[in-house]
Amino acid sequence: MDFLRPATWAEALAAKAADPTAVPIQGGTDVMVEINFDVRRPPALLDLTAIGELGDWELTADGLLRVGAGVPYARIITELGDRLPGLAQASRTVGSPQIRNRGTVGGNLGAASPAGDAHPPLLACDAVIEAESAARGTRMIPATGFYLGVKRNALEPDELIRAVHLRPATGPQYFSKVGTRNAMVIAVCSFALALHPGERRLGAAVGSAAPTPLRARAAEEFAAREFDWSGATALDPALLARFGELAAEAASPIDDVRGTAAYRRHAIAVLARRTLTWAWNDYRGKAAA
Amino acid sequence: MRVHLTVNGRDETVDGVWEGESLLYVLRERMGLPGAKNACEQGECGSCTVYLDGLPVCACLVAAGQADGRRVRTVEGLADGGRLHPIQEAFVECGAVQCGFCTPGLLVQAHDLIERVGEPSDAEIREALAGNLCRCTGYEKILDAVRLAAARRGAARTGTEDRS
Repeated sequence: MDFLRPATWAEALAAKAADPTAVPIQGGTDVMVEINFDVRRPPALLDLTAIGELGDWELTADGLLRVGAGVPYARIITELGDRLPGLAQASRTVGSPQIRNRGTVGGNLGAASPAGDAHPPLLACDAVIEAESAARGTRMIPATGFYLGVKRNALEPDELIRAVHLRPATGPQYFSKVGTRNAMVIAVCSFALALHPGERRLGAAVGSAAPTPLRARAAEEFAAREFDWSGATALDPALLARFGELAAEAASPIDDVRGTAAYRRHAIAVLARRTLTWAWNDYRGKAAA
Repeated sequence: MRVHLTVNGRDETVDGVWEGESLLYVLRERMGLPGAKNACEQGECGSCTVYLDGLPVCACLVAAGQADGRRVRTVEGLADGGRLHPIQEAFVECGAVQCGFCTPGLLVQAHDLIERVGEPSDAEIREALAGNLCRCTGYEKILDAVRLAAARRGAARTGTEDRS
């Protein structure tokens, strides 16, 4: 096995181009587990932790937050929790403090597990993934087109994830997750919601209840069409229930060690109603103020 | 490959490291520092918690090469020579050590909490220790120990302020 440790982003892209089988490693919270258990023996590890700029985030000229692929969950919570509340809530549910000190959104995207906690808020917030290769330069991939299958993403073999671009929250955002305890839990299923009041719509996404994380499109369209976006009224219970049903219908869960398909479908409806209730109460409070 | 790192304040060079090896293996098997424990090897149990550049991490999930040029502090680096660190004393006094296997990881994690937060609430203690498993299930005594160490630290600080 080779251990490649580029000091700059350009060197990292060159190394990935020279050996597309090299496995990028950031916090190690997925890659090292596979190596420790001998599930995977990549020909080379491409360590990205020596590239300082991957750990930076910035507000771009067009008002988006560009979050480097190496920013750990712990810093998303402390430094970006006010502007990216949905992603920060999801980050708080990742592993333990030790895992959150190391694990990154970039790594979550690279692993592309359907259960990854960062994915639903990225989808609900219309995130765009910045990928790059030495040969073809930068490519912007919307999160909606990034997840292709179980642990499969849209990256080409010579590409690396540079950053994630997200608009700072313009309305309430929530994330909720079902697991057997509060810490150290891989989601049985999860749900993220982001209200975009200026556009009179919301983003809704389901995690760990289909081969990939996915947008609950029908639920989103229903909300845009049926909700009173003036924020003047409470949500009709029938609208809330229908929103939950549509969210659950977006899922195509399986029975596995963490839960049954039927349980997951039921729980998605509950999480959808719950997060929508929280978000709508916040929204009405703001609209009334 | 060769890995150069600082462990408990000392510069160390380790040769013959396998590229897929963890920092935990380097510490335990190549450097003779068995404090950090090898249990789950998947970041679930916290027994291998060490500081990496000042942040507590699971050493089993750090590739050895990623620690090159970094600072590592293990449980062996908490005591001041022969004198236990106050968090270690509190664990002994409160009966927070049963079989002892989880203790080193808990000590490092609790040390970090008290250094960062000073006098943490119970909720903060539980959150900070959520990634450290004790299969003797001696959690109540562990919580007692962290509270005791935090209270003593607070009292010592107040005392210092009074004298100044």
